Amino acid sequence: MIVFDKPKALTDTPFHYCPGCTHGIVHRLVAEVIDEMGIEGNTVGVAPVGCSVFAYNYFNCDVIQAPHGRAPAVATGVKRAHPDDFVFTYQGDGDLAAIGTAETVHSAARGENITIIFINNAIYGMTGGQMAPTTLPGQVTTTSPYGRKPEIQGNPVRICEMLSTLEGTAFAQRVAVDSVKNVKAAKAAIRKAFEVQKNKQGFSIVEVLSTCPTNWGLSPLKAIEWLRENMIPYYPLGVYKDKTEEAKVNE
Amino acid sequence: MGEKLLMKGNEVLGEAAIRAGCKLFFGYPITPQTELAEYLAKKMPKVGGLCLQAESEVAAINMVLGAASAGERVFTSSSSPGVSLKSEGISYIVGSDVPCVIVNVQRGGPGLGGIQPAQSDYYQATKALGHGDMHFIVLAPAYVQEIATLMGEAFDLADIYRMPVMILADGALGQMMEPVDFGEKKQREIPEKTWACNGHKNQRAHNVVNSLYISPEVLEEVVVERFKRYAEIEEKEVLFDEYMTEDADVVVVSYGITARIAKTAVKAAREKGIKAGLFRPISLWPFPKKELASLADKAKCFLSVEMNMGQMVDDIKVAIDCKKPVSHYGRTGGVIPTPDEILAKIVELNGGEN
Repeated sequence: MIVFDKPKALTDTPFHYCPGCTHGIVHRLVAEVIDEMGIEGNTVGVAPVGCSVFAYNYFNCDVIQAPHGRAPAVATGVKRAHPDDFVFTYQGDGDLAAIGTAETVHSAARGENITIIFINNAIYGMTGGQMAPTTLPGQVTTTSPYGRKPEIQGNPVRICEMLSTLEGTAFAQRVAVDSVKNVKAAKAAIRKAFEVQKNKQGFSIVEVLSTCPTNWGLSPLKAIEWLRENMIPYYPLGVYKDKTEEAKVNE
Repeated sequence: MGEKLLMKGNEVLGEAAIRAGCKLFFGYPITPQTELAEYLAKKMPKVGGLCLQAESEVAAINMVLGAASAGERVFTSSSSPGVSLKSEGISYIVGSDVPCVIVNVQRGGPGLGGIQPAQSDYYQATKALGHGDMHFIVLAPAYVQEIATLMGEAFDLADIYRMPVMILADGALGQMMEPVDFGEKKQREIPEKTWACNGHKNQRAHNVVNSLYISPEVLEEVVVERFKRYAEIEEKEVLFDEYMTEDADVVVVSYGITARIAKTAVKAAREKGIKAGLFRPISLWPFPKKELASLADKAKCFLSVEMNMGQMVDDIKVAIDCKKPVSHYGRTGGVIPTPDEILAKIVELNGGEN
């Protein structure tokens, strides 16, 4: 009896991610949800610019690689062309919360019936550890070598909180993949986001607090500790918007 | 012959797109092309299509990238400053080999420039609209009727060659009302979009639409392949029009709305006994090099007439291998040249008044 197998929605291409990076876990969770819902054949993914740019090599569904930050606009084009296809984007914090802020906010405002998987690791990974819009105050990066000073470099952006104020956002949840319990919760959130899309309820986003051991300069285990001690207090986990629950309460 | 309708150029851009089977438009308001989006906002819902106002030009062109990657006919429209914003997306669309149509109803520049008609985006359209080794087809209509014809052709060319096709118009043509007959379009064979990201339905391997090639050798190969397609286009898809060029001493080269003014000047020159002719490139890329070169032995000189500071001059020089002198007459910033001004230049080039 097979008790553990690779999801069918993942190709056999080996991940290029660094040891201890949590992209692999999140890819797997998305693929498991696609498998369980049986939707690989009518799903289109949109890959970002950043560490997960090669997502098109890893997912077995059709994938479009978007310009930096524009994945939600590309996803909008796909979804409006084929409203019955499932469309998801997979984006990092620089892509989604800096250069692509307008595309993110307005796709949410329009209530685009797409799902965004948002990887927040508080740093630019692919370019080698620069300050991200989600870099914490005091956090050292190659472009904030003395620690991020809000009076100079500004404050971090809390995406789930911001997007939950928009009418078009149907579902927004922040999760982490630092423990078995949280990984399970993350998968449930991703499943819920795809269900929201299936029921044509509007924009859904799952923000995943992730580690970047390489650019944080920490071992994988220390990186998980750092995430728990620093990121979760600043970016509290939880459901920020859930129109499906609101609808139940109003029944 | 079909029914003749009196329509604005901007509206014809929209109507011709719908008639070409395009049901998706993503745009952002900008003068002087806004009537196009307004026309489509009214018309698209009635034909089962979609006209979506994006939050920016940047978002609009990326929505085009998405819908085009999904295998649907799609277009966007803007005017000069807005087209600059689209340039990133256009480069990705070229690099991803997906078809779409882009309209530029030009206004004066650089910067915010002005809102009056101009042709000062010739360089941008034909040489450098986006980073990378790339070209795409650029068509310049001169008549509202020609907008109708070229718009239909643009969608076919885009699908056949898997690349963006730009309709390079100007504020005057966009705002002008003329009779138009949508008539019957010549049928072309359109290849099936087997590459589209529209869900594999568990029937085929996954499709990837992508412009990233991390290996230099592979990227080189992809670009070289694309240039083979460009060579085929330069061979097969050149469009131009001529008026009294057979015996012309002075060949006026002009495109778009300016070519119509130049034609009036050429007629006036002929009345004065000057052997003037008009050569009108319709495809600005591919530029009608051979056709222009064939006039170089007979002609004494060439005169480029444009609403800019002479952006086509170099293309003419290259086309005729600098065999004859090439001058320029133009107005810029939104000023439209008059037939008299152009005539005076033709007379001057012909050696002055007899």
